[in-house]
Amino acid sequence: MAQMLLRNFSARRACGLLLSSQKQQQETCGLHTTPACCEIRKLARLRVVDNSDLGKRAMAEGRPPRCIHVYNKRGVGYIGDKVLVAIKGEKKKGILVGLKQNQRPKQPKFDSNNLVLIDDNGTPLGTRIHVPIPTILRTILKEKTLAKGADYTKVLAIASRYV
Amino acid sequence: MNLSNRILNKKLTECAYKCLVTFSTKPIQQAPAAAAAATTSPGGSQTQQDAAVSNNTSPARKPLVPPHYRFVYPEFLPDPKIEWRNNIREKLERLDMLDRRRQIDLPEFYVGSILAVTSSDPHAAGKVSRFVGICIHREKCGLRARFILRNVIDHQGVEVVYELYDPTIQKVEVLRLEKRLDDSLFYLRDALPEYSTFDENMDAEHLEEGTPVPVNDIKVVLRPRPWLERWERQNLLGVANIDQYIKEKHRKSALKVQKPWEKFDLMKQYRSTIPEEEQKEIFAEVHTELHTLELQRKRNKRKRTFIKPKQLA
Repeated sequence: MAQMLLRNFSARRACGLLLSSQKQQQETCGLHTTPACCEIRKLARLRVVDNSDLGKRAMAEGRPPRCIHVYNKRGVGYIGDKVLVAIKGEKKKGILVGLKQNQRPKQPKFDSNNLVLIDDNGTPLGTRIHVPIPTILRTILKEKTLAKGADYTKVLAIASRYV
Repeated sequence: MNLSNRILNKKLTECAYKCLVTFSTKPIQQAPAAAAAATTSPGGSQTQQDAAVSNNTSPARKPLVPPHYRFVYPEFLPDPKIEWRNNIREKLERLDMLDRRRQIDLPEFYVGSILAVTSSDPHAAGKVSRFVGICIHREKCGLRARFILRNVIDHQGVEVVYELYDPTIQKVEVLRLEKRLDDSLFYLRDALPEYSTFDENMDAEHLEEGTPVPVNDIKVVLRPRPWLERWERQNLLGVANIDQYIKEKHRKSALKVQKPWEKFDLMKQYRSTIPEEEQKEIFAEVHTELHTLELQRKRNKRKRTFIKPKQLA
């Protein structure tokens, strides 16, 4: 499915290029210039901040992962939520560890939407997170970890710094 | 005719009643003063009134509020939006703010100052978290006053919003007291990271007492577009290279949305500010308390400097 999605993107991008070249000829095109939505929804691009091989390669290539599903009932990802991402033609799960959106007082807001890749058991693919992560994640991830399920607190163990 | 007469009479009696009431509310102030005026200058009632007023004001001591208070304590001034004004609520809030200020030292700071905020955090390892950063924005007033700190940690920009009167804040330190050229520094989000990188272990810089707050006229360098906001429309003084990245069409549209006549709009200015008379009233109410707190802080500072020995290693 991710493959198909990615193929769709590339097709659409090609279309967009064509359209934009046409539109550049008209001086006043009806394109809106407001900034992109900072929310984590489906198709939002994220930034992998751990040192997993897959994540590093994807970021280095300039093809950051896209969120293709948010595992909650709102459809919008908040801090500590699990998401499914399409990364280098694969489907991987990840945990949001830093958001660009405005946060509550005393909760840090980051300049990028950060993601840590995990597998189905909650074990992170990398061994280090190289940006600070918010302290509230300790509580959130502990609450999300149930007795017989994925253990998300392993993500906290590879954090280098808390804000 | 008869009816209109009756209405007129009614109105007159009402007026008289009102006058009586207004006079009766302050008999203690006016009676002796009027009596004194009568003994000295038996003249017309107009002169008597004047004398009474002058006698009233001269012996009453008015507290002298320093003019810089509105910059040092901007959150004591209420929001000028008329629908949101409520004198009693504002007064109660001011009392609460003073109560909080008696518990914790909330120092003077401005947009562009570097602060360190220590707050209790139930999620942190030591139940305490400290964040150092530059204040990029101050907003809201009363107990809701808040400010935004920004820093770059491990090459990652981080911003935290703090409420000034939040009871979980344990300590607010001003590491470097200075101002910038603009009212808010949101453009630091689009600037190169070195302009918002501050060392977490930096020491507080001492500023001589009585010196005016220095203005840092640094010009930051922006990253290329896309930006978070249209900085070219905001007439920013603290940005060096805005012209480098904008095209002719951006310049044109920026010119189109400029409102150069707004600085002459006296009514707009009046609506968006608290008038000076009202400011004086507000600060006269809290001045003595704030002044004693300031003196206390100075004393404590001196004490602290004497106690703390310098470590030579």
